Amino acid sequence: MNLLLLVWNYLKAKPLNTVLNIFLLSLGIAVITVLLLFNNQLQEKIASNAKGIDLVVGAKGSPLQLILCSIFHIDFPTGNIKLSEAERVVRHRMVKKAIPMALGDSFNGYRIVGTTSEYALLYKVELASGDFWKNDLEVTLGAVVAERTRLKIGDTFASAHGLTSDGHAHDENRYLVKGILKRSGNVVDNLILTNIESIWKVHDLAQGVAVVPIHPSNLVPSVEMRDSIREITSLLIQYRNPLAVIQLPRFINSSSNLQAASPAFETARLFSILGLGVEVLRGFAFVLILISGLSIFIALYNSLKERQYDLAIMRSMGASRRTLFVSIVLEGSVLSVLGTILGLALGHGVLWVFTIVVQESQTAGVTASAFYVAEAYVLLGSILLGILCSLIPAIQAYRTDIHKVLAGS
Amino acid sequence: MITTKGLSYTYRGQKKIEFKDISILPGGHWLLLGESGSGKTTLLHLLGGLLKSQEGSIEVNGTEITRFSEHGLDRFRGQHYGFIFQKSHLIPALTVRNNLLMAPFLAGLKQDEKRLLEVLDQLALREKEHSRIRELSQGQAQRVAIARAVLNRPTLILADEPTSALDDKNCERVIDLLLNASAHNGATLVVATHDQRLKVKFRNQIQL
Repeated sequence: MNLLLLVWNYLKAKPLNTVLNIFLLSLGIAVITVLLLFNNQLQEKIASNAKGIDLVVGAKGSPLQLILCSIFHIDFPTGNIKLSEAERVVRHRMVKKAIPMALGDSFNGYRIVGTTSEYALLYKVELASGDFWKNDLEVTLGAVVAERTRLKIGDTFASAHGLTSDGHAHDENRYLVKGILKRSGNVVDNLILTNIESIWKVHDLAQGVAVVPIHPSNLVPSVEMRDSIREITSLLIQYRNPLAVIQLPRFINSSSNLQAASPAFETARLFSILGLGVEVLRGFAFVLILISGLSIFIALYNSLKERQYDLAIMRSMGASRRTLFVSIVLEGSVLSVLGTILGLALGHGVLWVFTIVVQESQTAGVTASAFYVAEAYVLLGSILLGILCSLIPAIQAYRTDIHKVLAGS
Repeated sequence: MITTKGLSYTYRGQKKIEFKDISILPGGHWLLLGESGSGKTTLLHLLGGLLKSQEGSIEVNGTEITRFSEHGLDRFRGQHYGFIFQKSHLIPALTVRNNLLMAPFLAGLKQDEKRLLEVLDQLALREKEHSRIRELSQGQAQRVAIARAVLNRPTLILADEPTSALDDKNCERVIDLLLNASAHNGATLVVATHDQRLKVKFRNQIQL
């Protein structure tokens, strides 16, 4: 016999009450857990995807759209910018590094990104097999793309216009798979990388490339500087020093056709928009937890009346008042710990089902098997809740007047 | 065994109850007789350390128990007394076995499996070891209560009106059980009652 066994037997003696209390708490905890997992993973993803990119330059339009399109590859381009205008930006002394991107096509919903090798360096991606793209119409696949499309090295495919597989197909120019990247856990996993010239070629913009340029462009060396026809979608820019934060966006935005968007600022804005929904859900979860706390309190308080003889008898057998106090607090804590553990499991379970049902969540990098320190805090908090809810009943147990109870008056 | 001197107790807003000095010697069976309202239960609770803040002195097994702190009294109670009440007051959430084991656990004593089985056998409860309290008959529940009281081998068993709600046949049965169990486990039995039927069973009687 020990105190925990006693408490467990008391809980077992009222299975409906116990199950209700545990379930109520676990629902609240599950909602908190899902929010916590989702939020944390999303922020981690965003941070790792936007790492090393201080500014995105693209066509005028929504800055958020420009960020979503150029960094996270989940929205459409705002439009194109002239290569010559982009070159002007790159020449600015505050620009340390600039990576050009040409977007617009996809294969089976996976975006084809025309860029330079700098892009692969930015995300520090490594090859799993094969090689990086070198010549026109050669591609290197992200790990998820290779897995899902079952494309192998040496395979060819035709890209489609837009981001859906039913867009206009560019059948005349087929891409050749040269290599497959290792899984990196960021957006590159879902991309098909090639050079910018390939994108132009597919879109019939490649006339006259054969001659070696006299003044090569500082972005795409295969073409002449100040080319008047060619366009790209956007530029990813790294600042040379912190001063650029003030100077560069102003310089770019003053140009009539370009806009500069800061990933840090726009993602913060995005989160503040999403934040409202998250706050409502979180509030709902806290209400659930509060109610379950109240329910634990009421259950303990009521059972105390039925148990006053038990308590008095236990005192007569030598139990101290402290022992009774501890046993009631333990009962509340056991309830809350069980509810929390079930809730955490439920939260992970719900997310697991979600990642299976909603494929996009996997491409967004959401997984149910990630654990966070915050979950330990949730457990700790709920133990505190259990203690808090059992405090008043425990004090009552502590104060039981054994003489009065046993004398039956 | 038990000696009291100048013992009295005052309930809030009521007249002081004074008890005559009593002396209970070890190894016998003692009856505290008194009408309802004569303070039998109060006296028994004072002797058993269930009630404090009295005047006078109570010496139990050579220890002055009125000087104990609340916690010290809990300890002493657990190790020296077994209690029997009018109702069996078992803990319904626990099995017979765990009800019995509560006694050594709460008294801070070793939970001795051999002793448990021995007591179960003494009171013919062996096959009820794992039963729920709800499944017991009234007689069985009483036997479990007696088993619980003797399990720790207390020197004193205090019983408060153990028979007053029983008919003659059951009264005889319960008191015989109590006498036997006390004698068997070397405990002094003190019964507080107004039940005149018990008079024939006890040689030592104290009239309040």
